[in-house]
Amino acid sequence: MSLQGAAIAGAVFNLNHPAHTVDWSFIHLSVANVVVIGLMLIVFVAAIALPFPGATKRDAARRGGGGS
Amino acid sequence: MSAAPTSPPTIPPTSPPIPSKSWTVKVRERGVEALPPERLLPDGQPTYVASWIYVFGVASIASLIVIIGSGCILALKGPAWWHETGVGHFFNSIHMWSVELFFFAMVVHLWGKYWMAAWRGGRGRVWVTGAITFLVAVPCALTGYVSQQNFDAQWISTQAKDAMNSVGVGAFFNLTNFGQMYSYHILLLPIAVVALVSVHVLLVRRNGVVPPFELEDKLS
Amino acid sequence: MSFLGPKDHTKPWKGPYAPYDLVKELCIAVGVITLLAVLLTVLLSSPDDKPSTIAQWSHELPADFATTAAEELNETSGTAEYGPPYNHSSGSVQHFFFLHPQRWLGVSHPINTAEDYVVKPLETIPYDPALRSALTEYKAAPTTQKKEWSEAYAKPLVEYSEAVEEKKTPPSTVSVDTSTGTVTVKTSGAGPVPTMMASLQSLAQSGGLEGNLVSSSRFFQTDYTKPLLFMADGGLLGERAEGQHLLGEQWGLMNETGSYPGQPWLWLYALWYQVEPMKNSPNADIQVLLIMGVLSLAFICIPFIPGINRIPRWIPLYKAIWREHYRAQRRLT
Repeated sequence: MSLQGAAIAGAVFNLNHPAHTVDWSFIHLSVANVVVIGLMLIVFVAAIALPFPGATKRDAARRGGGGS
Repeated sequence: MSAAPTSPPTIPPTSPPIPSKSWTVKVRERGVEALPPERLLPDGQPTYVASWIYVFGVASIASLIVIIGSGCILALKGPAWWHETGVGHFFNSIHMWSVELFFFAMVVHLWGKYWMAAWRGGRGRVWVTGAITFLVAVPCALTGYVSQQNFDAQWISTQAKDAMNSVGVGAFFNLTNFGQMYSYHILLLPIAVVALVSVHVLLVRRNGVVPPFELEDKLS
Repeated sequence: MSFLGPKDHTKPWKGPYAPYDLVKELCIAVGVITLLAVLLTVLLSSPDDKPSTIAQWSHELPADFATTAAEELNETSGTAEYGPPYNHSSGSVQHFFFLHPQRWLGVSHPINTAEDYVVKPLETIPYDPALRSALTEYKAAPTTQKKEWSEAYAKPLVEYSEAVEEKKTPPSTVSVDTSTGTVTVKTSGAGPVPTMMASLQSLAQSGGLEGNLVSSSRFFQTDYTKPLLFMADGGLLGERAEGQHLLGEQWGLMNETGSYPGQPWLWLYALWYQVEPMKNSPNADIQVLLIMGVLSLAFICIPFIPGINRIPRWIPLYKAIWREHYRAQRRLT
């Protein structure tokens, strides 16, 4: 097996084949890029929607009225 | 009886006489005035810092640290190493994926900062330095792609050279010159990115995280 | 107000602070990103398609190699007709109205395609009396004669390439022996050029031409401009690129080889090449770069652009981001 093949075979999933594309009108994007852009949007929404830990400490600070 | 001899006044050890024109003193005093230790490294944040959107700035910095770390390991063994060994290929993969994560985190970070209008309250320079960092990271990545010494590098360099040449930049920034591109990629552009990120973070520490919009405000 | 601080009514925060460990946060972030990078590496690795070589090109596409070499000698190749920074031609010189930066910056990487890609490499081949004689005859001839010879040799090859590309029957003036990679051009009036081209093809197939083109002027070299431009003048790189979705019309500048993610952050740059007038313009590159330059400047100046800097107020996504803060404020009042 060539070094290149060994290195790629070391991956669990072999992405070393021509890409599938998402085609819409004049737009042609690779599936991998669409996945990355989609994940950015999902992560952005999730980051805003999901509660952030430490609410108890923040409430205590508000009640204590302490400034830095 | 004569008066007891007076001892000369003791000079406190921490304040020897320093000329007022000392550059060192000026720099130190300006630095400490702008960023006293408790502002440089505060152990608290305003209570409105309460969203996961805030972690994408530090995620961008963390990605940059991994990029530079993996890049240093690749640089230790030279540009051909990753083609020749599995370990080299492993670190090249870490480098590539951390670049993807860096841009991912930066984009989510800038989306969040836009929707918070994080330039308010005199924080315009924070936005400006952040935007310039993103724009400088793009050619840093490009010089990396053309330094790979594989088919991808051959194609990208021979195609992108037309864009560089069209605006005259190709006359002094030659994408097909591996030596030049490798130098830009491992030294010049990372220095620029790190310098910009440092200024950006210091400005955030100086100004503090932007407060929320006031709900009762008219449009500000 | 400090420099570059846009005016607004944002008051400094005088409210409460809660404990927040920034150093711990950074350490956790570095750990998480490292883990993610390692996970992606283990699952997906990274691409490393081997580079094409001139030797491969001359073996796999001998007619394409011969045609390109003839065009380099004839000074009708893409590089020969490019213009600055390689030479004083104008085939690929772009401008935008009165802006001619490509011409203004001039020839900084001179390439004489006939000399650099054909004559000088052939001069390094020893012990070949036929080639020596052909080179002597070629170099002694006046420029017009050289042009006539190289044109007579190149014309059938160009016709052959065009016929192959259009999937028509190729002319019989060119025959290709795919087993040996030999290209024979039946033409008269080509003088010593057929002998020179046959030797160049042998040199290329032996692997000697790459090193020759890289280290043409000194021992240590890191500049691959000459061999890369030579290969880009031919069809091998483009053929491989099309298979990997890297061509311009395939939005290739966003893509990576294989099925790996590429540079999705270049989406807006790629988009302009797909729309008119840039799509079919000979000045597409300068047009797109100028558009992106203006947009990049606007991106930097968002805080100062009226309207754009108000959108976050008008579309209140901030109410979701700071909902805990607003809830607490309502409780207090």
